[in-house]
Amino acid sequence: MIDFDRVTFSYPGASEPTLREVSLHVPAGELCVVVGRTGTGKSTLLCAVNGLVPHFTGGALAGRVCVAGRDTRTHPPRELADVVGLVGQNPAAGFVTDVVEDELAYAMESLGVPAATMRRRVEDTLDLLGLVALRDRPLGTLSAGQQQRVAIGSVLTAHPAILVLDEPTSALDPPAAEEVLAALQRLVHDLGMTVLLAEHRLERVVQYADRIVHVPGGGALLEVGRPAQMMASSPVYPPLVGLGRLAGWDPLPLSVRDARRAAGSLLGRLAAHSPAGPPATAAAAGDRLADVRGLSVTYGPVIALRSVDLRLRRGQIVALMGRNGSGKSTVLSCLVGLLKPAAGTVLVDGRAPYGRPGRDVLRTVGLVPQEPDDLLYADSVAAECAQADSDAGAPAGTSGAIFRRLVPGVADGGHPRDLSEGQRLCLALAVILSAAPPLVLLDEPTRGLDYPAKARLVDILRELAADGHAVLLATHDVEMVAEVAHRTVVLADGEVVADGPTVDVVTQSPGFAPQVAKVLAPQRWLTVGDVAAALAG
Amino acid sequence: MRPVPRHLHPGAWWLWAVGLATAASRTTNPVLLLLIAATAGYVVAARRTNAPSSRAYVVFLRLGLVVIVVRVVLASLFGAPLPGHTLVALPRVALPDWAPGVRIGGPITLEGILAAGYGGLRLAVMLCCIGAANALASPSRLLRCVPGALYEAGVAVVVAMTFAPQLIATVSRVRAARRLRGRPNRGLRGIRGIAVPVLEGALERSLELAASMDSRGYGRSGGLPAATRRLTAAVTLSGLVGLAAGAYGLLDSGSPAVLGLPAMALGTLLAVTGLALGSRRTLRSRYRPDRWLPPEWLVVGCGLAVAIAFVALGQTTALQPPVSPLQVPGLPLAAAVGLLAALLPSWLSPAVPGMTR
Repeated sequence: MIDFDRVTFSYPGASEPTLREVSLHVPAGELCVVVGRTGTGKSTLLCAVNGLVPHFTGGALAGRVCVAGRDTRTHPPRELADVVGLVGQNPAAGFVTDVVEDELAYAMESLGVPAATMRRRVEDTLDLLGLVALRDRPLGTLSAGQQQRVAIGSVLTAHPAILVLDEPTSALDPPAAEEVLAALQRLVHDLGMTVLLAEHRLERVVQYADRIVHVPGGGALLEVGRPAQMMASSPVYPPLVGLGRLAGWDPLPLSVRDARRAAGSLLGRLAAHSPAGPPATAAAAGDRLADVRGLSVTYGPVIALRSVDLRLRRGQIVALMGRNGSGKSTVLSCLVGLLKPAAGTVLVDGRAPYGRPGRDVLRTVGLVPQEPDDLLYADSVAAECAQADSDAGAPAGTSGAIFRRLVPGVADGGHPRDLSEGQRLCLALAVILSAAPPLVLLDEPTRGLDYPAKARLVDILRELAADGHAVLLATHDVEMVAEVAHRTVVLADGEVVADGPTVDVVTQSPGFAPQVAKVLAPQRWLTVGDVAAALAG
Repeated sequence: MRPVPRHLHPGAWWLWAVGLATAASRTTNPVLLLLIAATAGYVVAARRTNAPSSRAYVVFLRLGLVVIVVRVVLASLFGAPLPGHTLVALPRVALPDWAPGVRIGGPITLEGILAAGYGGLRLAVMLCCIGAANALASPSRLLRCVPGALYEAGVAVVVAMTFAPQLIATVSRVRAARRLRGRPNRGLRGIRGIAVPVLEGALERSLELAASMDSRGYGRSGGLPAATRRLTAAVTLSGLVGLAAGAYGLLDSGSPAVLGLPAMALGTLLAVTGLALGSRRTLRSRYRPDRWLPPEWLVVGCGLAVAIAFVALGQTTALQPPVSPLQVPGLPLAAAVGLLAALLPSWLSPAVPGMTR
């Protein structure tokens, strides 16, 4: 269905080709997952499928890309729209119309699908992706996860033979991600659709994959193989595979169900050990830094938060979880003083952040927003760091040093927009940390991060906590939470529904449980690291 | 029997509003003008949707008030003086002889203010009519109804219209981000610091949007011969120019008669031909097209009836009350009763689904 024949591609002005001698054959009806570190050319590979590379991006492409019998050299993306549906990394930027239903119909209108068929497909898609209640909603009012589902729906309605998705679940909460992946699975099964998707969160997709394509980057050849065989040697792997490798299971389990069936002996060996206690107890002694009482926030008629209570102590890492649109970002905005509470009080370090000048607030609380790009506007990394130091009144070189520690080996003269997503996040973090705010807030920090970058982020957060900072992170990433959070707070519909030690909260609800906890239930293990430590000790 | 609730064809509401605006353009009688604004407001209150654009009426009303104030201030400071009851005598700036028609300062008369106010009110009420159309049927819904030949242009306009609200959203996001970094949001540096990332972001987003539209089939040629495409475009364009000229002739009572109905008729003919030609060969289809049923005709008829009545009444002192000598403008009964026709859609048109009353 998709044929890459010795494809080499370089962006205009680049000295090194992004793709080198890529040959790949994806047969019809296969679900193929593209994995690899950030910046290795996964997105370029995906965009080459429908001809955006090179028709839209420019650059030189050698070799041949053939899709459903059409050569992308002679067919620009619009002439491939009936066979390839592409969902980009940032779905909101691709919306053409302003209402959900119209957006779903847009591609079909361009293709001239008969009105009766369009109507039926829109209804089917609304059901398939759980968008029925949102059909009349303006696109701008949707949460990130809802937008993602609309974006997927808007290409599905055209019934392309091939679906290409770039990080389709990165903005979704675990249940919504499962729903989307289940929908994709159904498309592959029922309609024989060919799916090519890139994803960093392998724990979500690897069990659905027919084949894995590893893009090693640096001009090395692609590695293609069956999931179990690829996972045995891949440098990026989900926690489940980590557990399997640790326990020496063969074949490697890819789904929680398979792993649980293999886990009998491991459970026996672990029964003698008890999990290394919830780390929250170790850090609970710090002073109280932030105090939120009875906080309510309304956006017009919508109630975003309803009498939320939250206390944050120094030295504690707290995870804020909950489905898309449950009010996580609103809590962060209130803590940093961007929003005025409708009722209740927010005190950080004894003072209310709302209404105080930004420079003043930055000394007590810093927020890295969901789009770290918003924080960056200088034209080089060095200028960005210098500006941050002068804004924060820190000695020159402070944020530069922090950034180099987070991401070693990045040239200072580069433009922030040329950094990879993970590097930009680290730059934004360095900018905020230059003022050394005691309370650090992060909104969806793991979006677009690969496993090594995530591991580094975990180290950074632990160091911050050890230095007496309080850290609050709003995230959907259960594995990250299991790894790092002392305490977890779950929001639903603007109210706190759970607040307690991470191990208690995440093992209670299957949606938020990490893979290791699911496999080793009823024992309460959260991470591969814990298990490894117990077995070694 | 009441009609089943549904969304009226947006074209019907827009034509109705254009009818009202035409009527407003033919009179400076403040009583009639206020009646027109009230009529539009009543229908909006009865039939507005819950789309974001439904607040447009109030926005346009406020804009209208600004127009009135600006016009009165400008006319009393710089306009040609009307003799009459002097309210304030401002000192007049002496200007050289080569600027005979220009005046700065001088006496402000009640008559001058009234004349400017009436003119401003007329503009404001026409704006209100446009606001009413926006509130009753969002412009993007209207643009979805353009004939197939204009589809691409229509999508481009829709995209352009979503640009402004997105820009506002980006500005507030960047402002928030600057606050997070402890940067000033005010002053010259603040504005520059906000403008650069906002424009960069807008540019980036347009590129992403273009990529998305391209990959979803926007602008597929579908094998239409280039000669046909060009002919269609030429006929359509000249038709639209004719329509515009005709509309100008009809609305401006001082323009030559040939610019009015004849130009309108010719333009309509050309435009319809061009659009029919283009639409016959087009590949595209329409999702849930709005249907044009008897209630649509009724609503359009109400709007047109009012417009025709006001045009037919012509230049009378009832429609254009003189400001000198000063007098209280009368209420021309026939015109006022005629206006009631424009109110009918608030009962006769189907209710908006999902709106409880």
